[in-house]
Amino acid sequence: MAQIRIQNVRKEFGPFTAVQSSSFTIEDGEFFMLLGPSGCGKTTTLRMMAGLELPTSGEIFIDGEEVGMKRASQRDIAFVFQMFALYPHMNVRRNISYPLVSQGMKREEVNTRVAEVARILRIEHILDKPVGGLSGGDRQRVALGRAIVRRPKAFFMDEPLGALDAEFREHMAEELRALHDRMGATTVYVTHDQLEAMQMGDKIVVMNHGVVEQFGRPQQIYDWPATKFVAQFIGSPSMNFLDFEGMIGIDGDSVDLGGIKVKVPAAREGRAGRLTLGVRPEHVGFRDDAAYRGRVSAVEYLGTTQIVTLVTAHGDLKARISSAQAVREDELVGLDFDQRTLSLFDAESGKALLSKANEGVLGHG
Amino acid sequence: MSSYSVTEPSLRQKWSAGILVVLYALITILPLVWIIATSFKSPSDAIAYPPKTFFTPTVEGYVNVFTTRTRLSEEQLQAVGEPQTWYDRLVRKDGLVISGPSRFAERFTNSVIIGFGSTVLCIVLGTAAAYAFSRFKVPLKDDLLFFILSTRMMPPIAVAIPIFLMFRALGLSDTHAGMILLYTAVNLSLSVWLLKGFIDEIPIEYEEAALIDGYTRLQAFYKVVLPQAATGIASTAIFCLIFAWNEYAFAVLLTSGNAQTAPPFIPTIIGVSGQDWPAVAAGATLFLVPVMVFTILLRKHLLRGITFGAVRK
Repeated sequence: MAQIRIQNVRKEFGPFTAVQSSSFTIEDGEFFMLLGPSGCGKTTTLRMMAGLELPTSGEIFIDGEEVGMKRASQRDIAFVFQMFALYPHMNVRRNISYPLVSQGMKREEVNTRVAEVARILRIEHILDKPVGGLSGGDRQRVALGRAIVRRPKAFFMDEPLGALDAEFREHMAEELRALHDRMGATTVYVTHDQLEAMQMGDKIVVMNHGVVEQFGRPQQIYDWPATKFVAQFIGSPSMNFLDFEGMIGIDGDSVDLGGIKVKVPAAREGRAGRLTLGVRPEHVGFRDDAAYRGRVSAVEYLGTTQIVTLVTAHGDLKARISSAQAVREDELVGLDFDQRTLSLFDAESGKALLSKANEGVLGHG
Repeated sequence: MSSYSVTEPSLRQKWSAGILVVLYALITILPLVWIIATSFKSPSDAIAYPPKTFFTPTVEGYVNVFTTRTRLSEEQLQAVGEPQTWYDRLVRKDGLVISGPSRFAERFTNSVIIGFGSTVLCIVLGTAAAYAFSRFKVPLKDDLLFFILSTRMMPPIAVAIPIFLMFRALGLSDTHAGMILLYTAVNLSLSVWLLKGFIDEIPIEYEEAALIDGYTRLQAFYKVVLPQAATGIASTAIFCLIFAWNEYAFAVLLTSGNAQTAPPFIPTIIGVSGQDWPAVAAGATLFLVPVMVFTILLRKHLLRGITFGAVRK
């Protein structure tokens, strides 16, 4: 088990920069999510950690040892591929034992290890089957088996649930997380699914266009996004953005939203010009005497909650409210934002402005 | 696993497809049947008109293709004495004696050496090149691949004269090595392109998994890529072998005494002692056998090779 540290790692493919100078640390035993849309560089980052790509510059430490230019086979890590990459010409048992055989391990020990892994993953009954006829879930388990049988320093997984159907994915996600908790191995997991990342991860790195946008615990990232991109990428429906011209001074605790004063957490940095107020749908409340108003344009019923789309002076806005509350289309309602949860962004750079509320998360950079 | 569906063909579709296949098979098989039948006919049956469907089979043709014979007068025949073996007796009834082996066996061996030799070389070089083109960043990759393809854009015989002169200068004329090199050069572009297609279809993750599992790239290639590419290698090998095996023009031009293959030899049988069609047919039939055996041995791979890539895994 090991700590993994990425320092100023950069990867270029010809003129295209896939990953721009990224740094973060994965603590020993963490379940770590690399999250971002496709083409954001998350898979390239993972492949550099695994040794399948060489970084253009920067350093990668696994367990304190610089491995940036080392071969994959010398890094003592295991990789689970999205398409599983089980060797099709071997049966399940040989697939799982393959990494041990390459180390020249004795046959009895290989058999013991394979049996143990098969028991953990509950695949004892398929050990002698060819991999061709297995279901997606069983293939996934075999791929995991091949990874854990080596007891590597770390597990790297590239969208391992991406090839499974939705229903089964949830089940496998739980299984994976339970497996991790039992083994306590450092795991780096690449996904584009923010729900998966929030559900499974101890920590999340959000990447976009090869840049690390934010790094932190799921709740920190959800509550206090560092950029508009993160705010939009995480959460469904995503955070509402209300663009306005205005200013806020240091220690200022309100902004002027088209003539209406909206209370925000006390600012730690001032800014004037084009700003964006970010508010999560669940932090929008309906209150008849609120000054800020919107007209209901659509209602989406989701069981216990409903998503109400409103047209306001600053564009569309979605609110998540209890289904118990009656809402009619075309109704004009007063909107109340939960002051403690609001974020302000610089509309140009997309960066969140530091406030009393988010400085704990964003303050140290 | 497979995410496609096909509708079950109706009975009528099955029948019409079956009839088409049988018709096609008949058309394809007929010349083969003709050759094989002729090889077992006597010379007079072979040229009988209308052609004989039923005849008394004889292996005279096979004896003739492997031997040279001399016609002797009665007194000479007396002096030679009674025929000793079954094949002696077979030719004696026409008043002939076997004067020695023909060069067919030798030519046939040449064909085997040159055909299989060039096929093996083609597959080894082709697989290595195709793997490199498929997996690595090769500078000017597209141009190189086009160059390789362009070597097949004209019929090889178009460069016969330069090759003839080069072979003479290099001392490669009428040698096994020369013919193996020549057929390899002609087949290599086909082999590289076919195999590249097959290797492209093998997901790179298999090798990456092997690399992470502690294997070197060469081991990963050997243990993971090669078994996966077996299909492609088998089909490519058959194509290469068939070309090298059948090649006639260069064989006529570049070989004579030492490295002559069977194709230029078989026609020379005609005219040794009249038009000996059964002997020609026997030579042709024997000539078929190695390719047939090779193809049958690899047929499982070949079938998969033809449909390779049709179904996504």
